[in-house]
Amino acid sequence: MAFPKPQATLRSSTGIPTGRLAIWWVLASEVVIFGGLLGAYLMFRLGHPEWAESAAVTNTWIGAFNTFVLLTSSFTAVLGHQAAERGDGKQAAKFLVMTIFGAATFIGVKSYEWWYEISHGYTITSNGFWAFYYTAAGLHALHVIAGAVIMGFIAVDAWRNRELQRVELIGIYWHFVDVVWIFLFPLLYIAK
Amino acid sequence: MADTAITVHHDEHHAHEHHGPQGILKYLWSTDHKIIAMQYLFTGMFMGVIGAFMAYVFRMQLAFPGISVPGFGQVSPGEYNALVTNHGSIMIFWVAMPVLIAAFGNYLIPLMIGADDMVFPRINRLSYQIFLLSVIVLLASLFVPGGGFGGAWTAYPPLSAVGEYNQTSIGASMWLLAVALEFIAFLLGGINFITTLMNSRAPGMKAYDIPLVCWFIVIASILFMLSVGPLIAGAVMLFFDQTIGTGFYDPARGGDPILWQHLFWFFGHPEVYVVLFPAIGITIDVIATFARKKVFGYKLMLYTTVATGVLSFFVWAHHQFIAGIDPRMANIFTITTLLISVPIAELCFVIIATLYGGSIRLTTPMLWALAFMAEFLIGGVTGIFLGASGADVYFHDTYFVLAHFHYTFFPIAIIGTFAAFTYWFPKMFGRMMDDRLGKIHFWGTIIPFNTIFIPLFVLGMGGQHRRIYNYQHFPELAGEGMYTLREIATISLLVMLAFQLVFFYNCIMSWWKGPKAPKNPWNANTLEWTTESPPPHGNWPEGLPNVYRGPYEYGHPDREEDYWPQNLPA
Amino acid sequence: MIPQASTYAASIDNVIILIAVLVGFWFFAAEGVFFWLIWKFREKPGVKTEYVTGNEKHLKRWITWPHALVLVCDVFIIVGAIQVWYNIKQRLPEAESTVRIIGQQWAWTFQHPGADNELDTDDDIFTVDEMHVEVDRTYHYRLESRDVLHSFSVPVFRLKQDAIPGRSITGWFEATQTGEYDLQCAEICGIGHGVMAARIHIESPDQHAAWIASASEAQAQ
Repeated sequence: MAFPKPQATLRSSTGIPTGRLAIWWVLASEVVIFGGLLGAYLMFRLGHPEWAESAAVTNTWIGAFNTFVLLTSSFTAVLGHQAAERGDGKQAAKFLVMTIFGAATFIGVKSYEWWYEISHGYTITSNGFWAFYYTAAGLHALHVIAGAVIMGFIAVDAWRNRELQRVELIGIYWHFVDVVWIFLFPLLYIAK
Repeated sequence: MADTAITVHHDEHHAHEHHGPQGILKYLWSTDHKIIAMQYLFTGMFMGVIGAFMAYVFRMQLAFPGISVPGFGQVSPGEYNALVTNHGSIMIFWVAMPVLIAAFGNYLIPLMIGADDMVFPRINRLSYQIFLLSVIVLLASLFVPGGGFGGAWTAYPPLSAVGEYNQTSIGASMWLLAVALEFIAFLLGGINFITTLMNSRAPGMKAYDIPLVCWFIVIASILFMLSVGPLIAGAVMLFFDQTIGTGFYDPARGGDPILWQHLFWFFGHPEVYVVLFPAIGITIDVIATFARKKVFGYKLMLYTTVATGVLSFFVWAHHQFIAGIDPRMANIFTITTLLISVPIAELCFVIIATLYGGSIRLTTPMLWALAFMAEFLIGGVTGIFLGASGADVYFHDTYFVLAHFHYTFFPIAIIGTFAAFTYWFPKMFGRMMDDRLGKIHFWGTIIPFNTIFIPLFVLGMGGQHRRIYNYQHFPELAGEGMYTLREIATISLLVMLAFQLVFFYNCIMSWWKGPKAPKNPWNANTLEWTTESPPPHGNWPEGLPNVYRGPYEYGHPDREEDYWPQNLPA
Repeated sequence: MIPQASTYAASIDNVIILIAVLVGFWFFAAEGVFFWLIWKFREKPGVKTEYVTGNEKHLKRWITWPHALVLVCDVFIIVGAIQVWYNIKQRLPEAESTVRIIGQQWAWTFQHPGADNELDTDDDIFTVDEMHVEVDRTYHYRLESRDVLHSFSVPVFRLKQDAIPGRSITGWFEATQTGEYDLQCAEICGIGHGVMAARIHIESPDQHAAWIASASEAQAQ
């Protein structure tokens, strides 16, 4: 039996839908978390030019491929949102599943990447660069996985034409995950 | 009327109503904001007892070094460090925040804006559950091999990062985990509060019709959300240093201990305003009600608070003047820190000005609210000594700092809590508290509070440093005069703790046998007083209220009565 | 306050007094007005409250003027504090002698220059938990740590500086009064933080020379 929503949830004194307001606040706090981490990384990197040696090891092509995967998955999320707006829950669910598939691909590729790097001796304790590399990319990957899981639940609801407004919300979150990667990619892969 | 079965949790008590899951499941599974508020309130107060016990133990050791403390035993240097670390951490993260923000925020926001619950009741429940988990992890950390973390609540590495240095390696990681879980719980809670205040207001309630306590709790939540991020990142890095041997903070491996300090204090300074703002909001609402006065400059109060919040992001390194930062940076932070005193002073002046032209009744809640102002002023002005780098060189890490922040934190966490608790008790529990016992408790708390901490100012001025378990090793600090001051402080603490029994007795007897509370015992204006005491599930089952005016229309010339509830049509 | 034994102790105390005077004024004024208002506007039968919005000019003045004055006071304090800070932490007068101070869990090691007044030579004198300096002499200190953060604090100098592992931090002081005083660690450094008590011996030129002589001899043995 669906949870009975209080009237509070249905009101909108600002005119903005409550869910959208909430997700933007979530994003604000996430921006500060990743901002703090990446800011710290930047300061260290500028102070440690020798890290360029380690940075050269990361595979720019794989990073670029993963960037492409994430961007595409953001695109399918947008298509899902459009379908939800039309009231087409089943179509929205299909696009969300494609997005989840993109997430899975991203994680799969990253797993291969890390397996390769670790087996060649580049672990999280190797040096400062690798410590940040695994921590930042790892935190990001956790957000990808968590987002994909939640997206799964929303897709199930959407298939049943329920809570279609949530498709947009998870899409916004997904774009954020994408944007964090857009920052990570140059910092970890391109700046050599 | 609702059924009332009695269940006693840690000397505290609840009132129940019938809705949804029954019995014990109700407490684990309710999504009602009022029940979640009670969960936070009682958990927070329970942790307050634990934190107070820790203070009792280490103050006994300080005044009577080597004594076998009744109820604890002898205090070893390692145990001393664990006690002060966990006392500080508990009081800030597991008492002040859950009680002032989570409990009163949860209870009051929907009621004061005329809503039936928070916008995301299930996330609300989840946030408490995560919070409860953080409590369990923290308390468990006290009993692991090595004992509780002993690196101070500030947890500076390398001490906090390396087990061999702090000798509490398991406790250290569990402490860190507990803090991280607490942060996540409050991030989730904050989303609820902010969104609910923005979107779920009663029809007719414009932004400036919102009671200031709600505004201030939400501003505090926003401040928290925007400042805690870097520390979460830093905590992940510290956790990795502790557990898998990364070197984020290890100079031998290219790391930097000062990085932690910046990440910590970038959050740590706004954090003090995160707890201050709710307490000030409570004080304002209580003063308005019992002075029967419109607040002097609602918008001014709001803007100075927002200004203080914004400025609070630019002062953090005043905690690090002598930490090894570039000395030129210290000058910048002296300037910003001194400047932040301007909006805070203005806020204090405006609150004091609210009394002008009023008709002041010294009820127990009013005594607490007035005491908040009187005592917080001491805390505020003594901060200036620490914000000015040239003076801080001497005062840093002395008991002067400790006395300063207790003169701010105690008003915030204890006085503010008692003001709120005695004011909203009738609404929350449906009974009136005994006012005479309330006043005995008040004086029995306030007077000893001052006789605890004024001696500590004196000790600090005499050069006594912090976090030292036994001053007998320092000839200049081991004199009789110094020990007399320590004894005065400790005995005052014992007296203050004894008087808290009056409070617990009052709570229990009032809840059990006190006179039934009407809807609006204080003749106040805000919406929570328009429904039953305690409110039923859904708050206004017969229909949510509309709003026609601001929250502080006391003494309006057009009215016969000296108050004008927000929900009465014109 | 405790004895002033360095050239800048008095200036620090003066900043503290400046702050105390300015802040004390505001404190007593605010508390005074506060309690006066509570008394003056206590509940009286038949007297209704005034409906004050806070926009009344004659009342707002009581906020805006004090508000501006607080800012002026702040400026005085800022200037005073920065002057003192600059002197202690930003400038570095030429050293007549240099001492290395090493903090570790849980003791202080002091490396004094020997009779040649040069650090890092063979005749350097190492002591534990006692520092020997000559009065009226400008010293540089090089502060280091072997493990965690410590902090070198001499209350009678009013001086304090954190010691960071991996770094050597330089500062200065000049003692103005002979005697033996406490030296404390001012940053929690573990279980033994409370036993890192040391003493600083401020000696006259003769006393100091005598100490160097006897300590060097003892070390040579």
